[in-house]
Amino acid sequence: MSQPASITPATAETARQVVSAKNLGLTFQTNDGPVQALSNVDLTIGKGEFVSFIGPSGCGKTTLLRVIADLEKPSSGSISINGMSAEQAREKRAYGYVFQAAALFPWRTIERNVALPLEIIGLPKAEQAKRIARTLDLVNLTGFEKKYPWQLSGGMQQRASIARALAFDADLLLMDEPFGALDEIVRDHLNEQLLELWGRTEKTICFVTHSIPEAVYLSTRIVVMSPRPGRVTDVIESTLPKERPLDIRETPEFLAIAARVRDGLRAGHSYED
Amino acid sequence: MDSLRSKIVPVSTILAGIVVLWYVFAVVLNAPFQRDLDRRGGVTPTTTEFIAETLAQKKPTLPAPHQVAENFFKNTFQVKITSARSLVYNSWVTLSSTLLGFAFGTVLGILIAVGIVHVTTLDKSLMPWIIASQTIPILAVAPMIIVVLAAVGITGLIPKALISTYLSFFPVAVGMVKGLRSPELMHLDLMHTYNASRTQTFWKLRVPASVPFLFASMKVAVAASLVGAIVGELPTGAVAGIGAKLLAGAYYSQTIDIWAALVAGSVVAALLVAAVGLASRIVERAMGGRPA
Repeated sequence: MSQPASITPATAETARQVVSAKNLGLTFQTNDGPVQALSNVDLTIGKGEFVSFIGPSGCGKTTLLRVIADLEKPSSGSISINGMSAEQAREKRAYGYVFQAAALFPWRTIERNVALPLEIIGLPKAEQAKRIARTLDLVNLTGFEKKYPWQLSGGMQQRASIARALAFDADLLLMDEPFGALDEIVRDHLNEQLLELWGRTEKTICFVTHSIPEAVYLSTRIVVMSPRPGRVTDVIESTLPKERPLDIRETPEFLAIAARVRDGLRAGHSYED
Repeated sequence: MDSLRSKIVPVSTILAGIVVLWYVFAVVLNAPFQRDLDRRGGVTPTTTEFIAETLAQKKPTLPAPHQVAENFFKNTFQVKITSARSLVYNSWVTLSSTLLGFAFGTVLGILIAVGIVHVTTLDKSLMPWIIASQTIPILAVAPMIIVVLAAVGITGLIPKALISTYLSFFPVAVGMVKGLRSPELMHLDLMHTYNASRTQTFWKLRVPASVPFLFASMKVAVAASLVGAIVGELPTGAVAGIGAKLLAGAYYSQTIDIWAALVAGSVVAALLVAAVGLASRIVERAMGGRPA
């Protein structure tokens, strides 16, 4: 359709683009009539970014993540991951997904849980063992290989599930409120570890949250979303440095970004009724 | 130890209550015949003698617990195991067909469940028939199965086992359909993000998730299998087995024999259910279950 001259710069750009959504919309048919979960979402996420999606419940942030993961099909618009369709990307195992709950299989030990995606891909046993050791080390769970999920605390279980998502070495990590069910102390600790892990692995991370401090602390970019219909109301670039100790959260710069996020949420009527 | 004691006390209290009640009923139910006997014999026993006699009849309406216990003990431990009177021998005959039928039933139930979970057409078409199959009285079906199979030359253990199968596949099929559908949505989504094939999802997620359901339904199925085997012995004119003992006892009004065979059947049932329970514990432990 387009001329060859215009294709070259476009493909060069898509190489850097990990996620690209254009005019994305999704409508669920429910018993109470159609619900517009996503409407007119335009978004590009570049390689190595840490993007948070924040908004009240019903704003479509989880739905957007699920569309990226090909767990939901959009009803309009287009989405591409690494220049492929969402379905192709999933078939190529382009991303690791971390759910709200750890979702570990209770009948598998921690190491067998991390091995699950590797078994499905069909990696040889020796390679599996190497990857398991490496990813468990990344999330500081070395020594817990033979434990069953119920023998671990909630925070450790969620770390194991992150290790599982990292195991097959996808460049994109999709995280759906992974620390939402944990207490604040554990959460702070895991946020710190996640940043460190992101710095070391240079992965692209999409992170859904409803906590403003969490979003500001972690992200290079914050996507503010709003409900009825679910849409993007603001995109905030973080000016914080890459190195972020926990006490960065008391700096004026941090508080200024947090205030912008709060303003964005207010502008989207998120605080009403 | 404490948990054992806390179980034994209530159970034995109920047992003691039942035994007392049983004696009362034995006296009451056997009294008319005893009175008749005494009148014709022209004797007038004291109350104590009368009660003792109602509890020592040869063919009582309701045998006293000690009569049943004595008969059970004698026919279990004191006769040769190969003897037709031996309850061990008869229990074994019934047990062997129970186990064969139970094995068939479990395999059939699992296969049906797998089919129902994976093939929409089977889900729609098979389930009503499976439920309907259990509304047909087994007592009516059993003789026909035996007769039809005998006509095609199949006799002996298999026809009896098939009646057990008929009763035992049902709980397994229903339980396994539920079990194979038990994985949470999140786990299914997880497999989807890995682009796992249906076979991989089946073996790595659905099967392990269904194991607790399998054992729960096998407990019901094994008891049903035993009932099936006993019912299968009734219309076949079987010469051995608990069912045959019950039938022979009924022909000759050997009420004590009937009750002893009943006790033997209950013991076998309890052992079977306990065996399934034990297997379930072992498998649970191997699958990393949290110790209760």
